[in-house]
This record gives sequence, structure tokens and C-alpha cells, in this order.
Amino acid sequence: MPGFAAGAYRPSPGRGTSPGFRFTLYAILAVLLMFIDQRRGWLTDVRYVLNGAAYPLQLAVSSPSEAWRWLQATFATRAALEAENAQLVSEQRALEMRSQRFEALARENGELRGLRDALPAVADHWMVAEVVEVELDSPRRRVLIDRGARNGVFKNQVVMDAHGLLGQTMRVGPWSAEVILITDPEHAVPVEIERTGVRTIAVGTGESQALALPYLPANADVKPGDLLLTSGLGGVFPQGYPVARITEVRHDTVQPSAQIRARPLGELDRMHEVMLVWFKNDHPAAPTPTATAASVNKDLPSGDPAYQPQPVPPPPSKPAKSTALAAKPTPPAQAGTGP
Amino acid sequence: MNVRHLEPRGRMLLTAFVGLILTILPLPQWLAILRPAFLVLTVLYWSIGAPRAGGLALGFASGLTLDVFRGAVLGQHALALTTITYVAVREHQKIRSKPAPQQMLIVLALLIVYEFILFAIDGWSGHPMTSPLRWVHAATGALVWPLATALLERTHTPR
Repeated sequence: MPGFAAGAYRPSPGRGTSPGFRFTLYAILAVLLMFIDQRRGWLTDVRYVLNGAAYPLQLAVSSPSEAWRWLQATFATRAALEAENAQLVSEQRALEMRSQRFEALARENGELRGLRDALPAVADHWMVAEVVEVELDSPRRRVLIDRGARNGVFKNQVVMDAHGLLGQTMRVGPWSAEVILITDPEHAVPVEIERTGVRTIAVGTGESQALALPYLPANADVKPGDLLLTSGLGGVFPQGYPVARITEVRHDTVQPSAQIRARPLGELDRMHEVMLVWFKNDHPAAPTPTATAASVNKDLPSGDPAYQPQPVPPPPSKPAKSTALAAKPTPPAQAGTGP
Repeated sequence: MNVRHLEPRGRMLLTAFVGLILTILPLPQWLAILRPAFLVLTVLYWSIGAPRAGGLALGFASGLTLDVFRGAVLGQHALALTTITYVAVREHQKIRSKPAPQQMLIVLALLIVYEFILFAIDGWSGHPMTSPLRWVHAATGALVWPLATALLERTHTPR
């Protein structure tokens, strides 16, 4: 690097120590930080503040693409708007047609379950959040949204769009939250196959439009087109929400398990708006441990009898042995490299 | 091409800030994977060129910033970046006297060490990330190194 002459800079005061010594200090500091952040979780408040401090810059960085979208929306042509309107009207009609018998079916379902009345919907309320266009960690699949603890968002909250599951919140700042998507290689959703009721786990592959089902045996009854619903296990996602559709089933003679891929129903690759959902905790379809996932996190490590396997489970109260975080580390060989 | 400005601190922070912006700028997925670690390159540039002005403190602070913006364990990027900054500061005279192709190789090695430390800590902290894509930025970072140094030199060399 020719731009510098050796010794061109005067040593600043207070820097008499050797770089080796200072390096050791900094390295110890970094390791200590990691230890108390990771193992002790003492830095939660510090992180909260830091996330808040980082947010203005993240917002500023995302503003050009935000402005571009705003421009597009503002100067949308009349024809485009009319086309969109027509499409929305027809979609709404289709939805209304489909939901016409919903009330009757819900009541019938309640009666079949031996209840006097229909169950209320498991989703209590929801909030729309916008995706902040900013880079978090590229090989991983994470996004930042513009709602945080000030809006009531909590850790491990379910994030969906109109078509299906998108992911869950991971780290919540005051005005923003990081969302881990279901396609993240670290993420795993407990699912069941709608046609057969077989329960398994769908893990992310790191690609924007693919999940893998590495834990199904080779002779499992599954075929392309099967719908995957959340199974309600794992303590984060409530039961019965659409996740993905099987796209590919491959039987490899050397592998004991089938190579199965699925395509998420949520529009993970071009989402701008997502929905944060609050669920009723006392609902049968609610995530299995009926506390909020945040408090479950604290409770889990102990041998609490409430979380031990129980005999004859009424539908959703299966053993909640799995961590409250549905995002558990998955064996990389299976998660990362699908067929 | 001697430096006449002896106080690069302000410029150093400014370029580090630009490096950070380039690091978090939204890009399509495939481009984001190719994106060099601009902040790391900037820190390396200053630790080789002005080891006393920024040095380890710059490396550590930039690393912590990266931790916050990437949602990593606090201290992860800080440790990795401090380590390669230390090597760069220690060997700055040797690295500086090398021709560009060799500098690129050295930068490649440093970036691989950096990513390896991140990789190890990822595994240790229970967030394993084995995708080979995570190593790509080391190669692109080494490739853009001559360009990056040329640009960064302009920030403090009067023309």
C-alpha cells in the first residue's frame, strides 16, 4: 500500500502498550461478552438498547427502496388499479363463498368435540408490520420488521402472511424485531401432513423457496402436492396453519430416509408486509405449552412435571419436550443439503 | 505518493461508516452472498496503512457494530475482527511493501481466518451455519482489495 509512509503518524498518548498486550485485552473482553450474552443472557437489556440505537440507521438504509415502492404506488396507472381492484373483488367473492358455511361447521366441530358451543378462533388479534429492507446475515434467512416491543411484540411471536406461515420473531428491539424465516437453515417447524396426519419437522434449507423434511422414513406415505400444516407441538406455532406444499419426494436406495422437499405457501421471497399474530393461550389449538413462549423459555430447563410426557393426550397437549424455540439447531448435513 | 494529512481519524471513522452502510445495504440474495465485507476491508486498510491511528480499538468497535447489525452473539465479530486487525497491525510494514497480487493473497488469508472464527463461534453458540456460501465473501473481498485501497487512498491523499 503505497499511500502511507512508515512512521507518518505520531503515536497518540496513552497508547504506549504493545499491540500484543492490547490484543489480549480485547480478545478477553470479546470472549467475556460472548459468554455473558450467550450463556447467561445478562445482556438482554443492553441488546434491547443497541437494537434501538441501530434502528434509525437501518431505517435510513432501507429508505430508498421504501421510496421506490411509494413512488410506484403513487404513480400506479388507472388501468393497473382497476385490474387490481377487479382481482381483489373476485378474490373476496371466492373467500366469502368458502366461508359461508364456516359458522355452521365451527359449531358442528364444537359439538363433535363435546363442547356446548363453537370454539372461538385461535387467533386473538394481529398487527401488520412492514419489512425493513436491510441486510442482516446473508446466507441465513432473516428479516427486520418495523414493529417492536413498544408495539407489544414479544420473542417467538408468530409471523405469517395471508397465505401461510413465514417465521417467528427472534430478537425484539424497541421499535423493530428480527424475524427468523421458516426457510432459515436453523429453523424447524413441527408440521403434520394434512392428508395423513403424520407428524414430522420441516427444516429450512437456506433457499428462499424450499423446506426439507429430513425425518420421514423412506416408506412414509407422502406425495407431491400434500399440504403441510403446523402441528401445534413445539410451543410456538398454533395447530392447523398452512406452512408448505410438498414438491418433491425422492427415494434414494442408500438413504434410510426419503428426500422430501416442500415449497412454503407464504410469499417469502417478495414480502413487504407481514402479520404478527397473538393467539389465545387457552384455546385447544394454541401452541402446546399454554404459556407465552417467552415464559416457557424460562421454565423449560427444569424437570417441571407439567412438561413431562402425559398419557392419552387430548389433541394438542402432547409432550412438550421439544424446546420452546421451534428453531433448534438441525443436523447440518440434513438441513443444509437437500436433494 | 506520500501522505500529507497526518490526522486520518475523522476520515477513518467516515470510511468505516460508509463500509457499514455498504454492509447492510439491501441487495438481492445472490448479490448479498457475493458482497465483500466492506467494513472489514476498511478496517484492514487502516490497520495496515495507519496502524497507530485506529488499530485494535477500531477493529474491536467495528466488530461490535457488526454484531449488533447482524444479530450475532455480542463479541463474535469483535473477536474475529480484532484478531485479523492484530495480525494486520503487527505485520503492516511487510504487507504494505508487497505488490498488489500478494496483498490480495494476504487479504484472502485474513478474511478466511476471520470467517473461520465466526464459523467456530457460530458452532459453539449453537447457531451452526455450514452453508459453503458463507466463505464466498472472502474471495470477493480479496478480489476487490486493489480497488478498495485505491478508493480509500483518495479519501486522504490530496490530488
